[in-house]
Amino acid sequence: MTDEKQPVSRREFLGMGLRGAGVLVAGGALGVLAHAHATTVWQIDPEKCTQCAGLPEARCATACVKTPSAVKCVHAHAICGYCKLCTGFFLPQPNDLNTGAENQQCPTGAIKRTYIEDPYYEYVIDRNLCIGCAKCVKGCTDFGNGSLFLQIIHDRDHCTECNACAIAVACPAQAIVRVPGTAPYLIKTSFK
Amino acid sequence: MRRHLRLLLIFCLLPLAAWGVERFPPPEFSTDYRLPELLLPGFRPEWLPFLDVAVLAAALALAAWVVLKKRSRVGVFALTLFSILYFGFFRRGCVCSVGSLQNVAYSLTHADYALPLAAAAFFLLPLAFALFAGRVFCAAVCPLGAAQDVVLFKPIKLPPWLEHVLGLLPYLYLGAGVLFAALGTHFLICEYDPFVALFRLSGPVHMLLFGGVLLAVGMFVGRPYCRFLCPYGVLLRWTAPLARWRVRITPTTCVNCRLCEDACPYGALHPPTPVGGARREGRGRLVLALVALPVLMALGAWGGYKAITPLYFTDPIAVQARAIETQEADTGASTASTAEKPVDPLYMQALKQRRHYELGGVLFGLWVGLVLGGKLIALSVRRRRSEYETDAAACLACARCFGSCPVEHDRLARQTEVETS
Repeated sequence: MTDEKQPVSRREFLGMGLRGAGVLVAGGALGVLAHAHATTVWQIDPEKCTQCAGLPEARCATACVKTPSAVKCVHAHAICGYCKLCTGFFLPQPNDLNTGAENQQCPTGAIKRTYIEDPYYEYVIDRNLCIGCAKCVKGCTDFGNGSLFLQIIHDRDHCTECNACAIAVACPAQAIVRVPGTAPYLIKTSFK
Repeated sequence: MRRHLRLLLIFCLLPLAAWGVERFPPPEFSTDYRLPELLLPGFRPEWLPFLDVAVLAAALALAAWVVLKKRSRVGVFALTLFSILYFGFFRRGCVCSVGSLQNVAYSLTHADYALPLAAAAFFLLPLAFALFAGRVFCAAVCPLGAAQDVVLFKPIKLPPWLEHVLGLLPYLYLGAGVLFAALGTHFLICEYDPFVALFRLSGPVHMLLFGGVLLAVGMFVGRPYCRFLCPYGVLLRWTAPLARWRVRITPTTCVNCRLCEDACPYGALHPPTPVGGARREGRGRLVLALVALPVLMALGAWGGYKAITPLYFTDPIAVQARAIETQEADTGASTASTAEKPVDPLYMQALKQRRHYELGGVLFGLWVGLVLGGKLIALSVRRRRSEYETDAAACLACARCFGSCPVEHDRLARQTEVETS
């Protein structure tokens, strides 16, 4: 080791001070934030969703950066009434209560209707066919139990986890909120 | 007939909605039917964000080592390809450091928003590294920069005036991005991210086109997004000049051979200044620029107020408030409800937001004035350079210039000699 110590110039000293301060700020900020979630994801709050009432098309189907949208219809069977005349499945005043396309709300035939026992029918969503148009959700929410609702599906095939959700910006009801990544769904458990 | 009865029943049951019970109680099945379980795909595993942060830190450290210690362009290029694959195509772009600055701005103005750890780390780590090693994040870690870096084919030099004018854009973009993020309107920088649509292989047509155009331009003008748009680059510009270890073209001493003159495709290499020059004239210009600064800021504040306030009407809160207002006017509901609850909280919120827009407009205008005035001052200040110098603020640490330095070649030759003997 040499005894000669190079004198620190003003510029170097300033640089050292600023670097030290910068690292302190960064470390402090990370320390404070350590309590926050590792990450957040976007989700539709079903209680706020208005199914884009009054608009020609639901934003959830059209505004997503993915085609088809990462938004899909989800069915909470626990609060479903298993109606024979399901207003989510059938158009208003259907010709007949059968699975004919002309009777259905769903434009892609994504809802499967199965007879359980008189007078109950089970309705199951085929997520691969659903485009998130909210037609069934609107029917069910307006006249039924509201057991059909929209959710952003979080897996690699659906939501790309955009930092700024394109649908959240377009949503007229501001129903799309950030939720912790560890609990990415907002499931309806009761009728409101 | 039964159908009509049922519809009638539906309408009779409608008032039940107010009590919060099911219109049609879930049936008690007599058969052994079991309710299907609601199966939803899980989110990415909990540890994945931590992996992302760890990979980011490792990539930054590796970039610093490759650029400053190894001085290897091949190493930088390999890391560039990795970043395109991992941060680009695998992570599909989000969250990136460029966008994270909006999360930070949003979290500062919205107390109910907890900044996620991933966003905080992506915002802070590149800046912390810039304090020590310069813009190594830009060199090979940022997927947006990496995508442009690999297409650079035949760089041309832009005329200085154009470089100066376009160089102002990132500051204005940063101001606008922070403004709208702080207002909570939208994340401008994410919305107009030119390459994220490419990484996702899906996106709006105009953004795909914009990305394509930038890549096409980027074949001849080095990294157009990084130099003339990137708002995060502004923050790195401020931190990089403080770096402890900087990119130097020559490993030891400059011999002023001028061989590196055209080596930098990103306009970060400045030639030595000519000796002498009109000192008096320069001083006059500086005084003028100093006087112009407050004038520009005042003008900016006025202009910003005038320009930003009308944008309030496109704010989601304002749009929602207006929609509710027209709806209430149509149904006449407002007259009935005003007696009980004086003003809807949404209207209060909208009013508050309007004031935020006015304030934001003034602040944004001040910022624009400061940027323009600051640029004039920076142009008037004379700097002396006795040799070719890298501009630490603008240097993207791509390691392209090393190969043009004869001293570097000499060093490499000695190194191989030592290794072989």
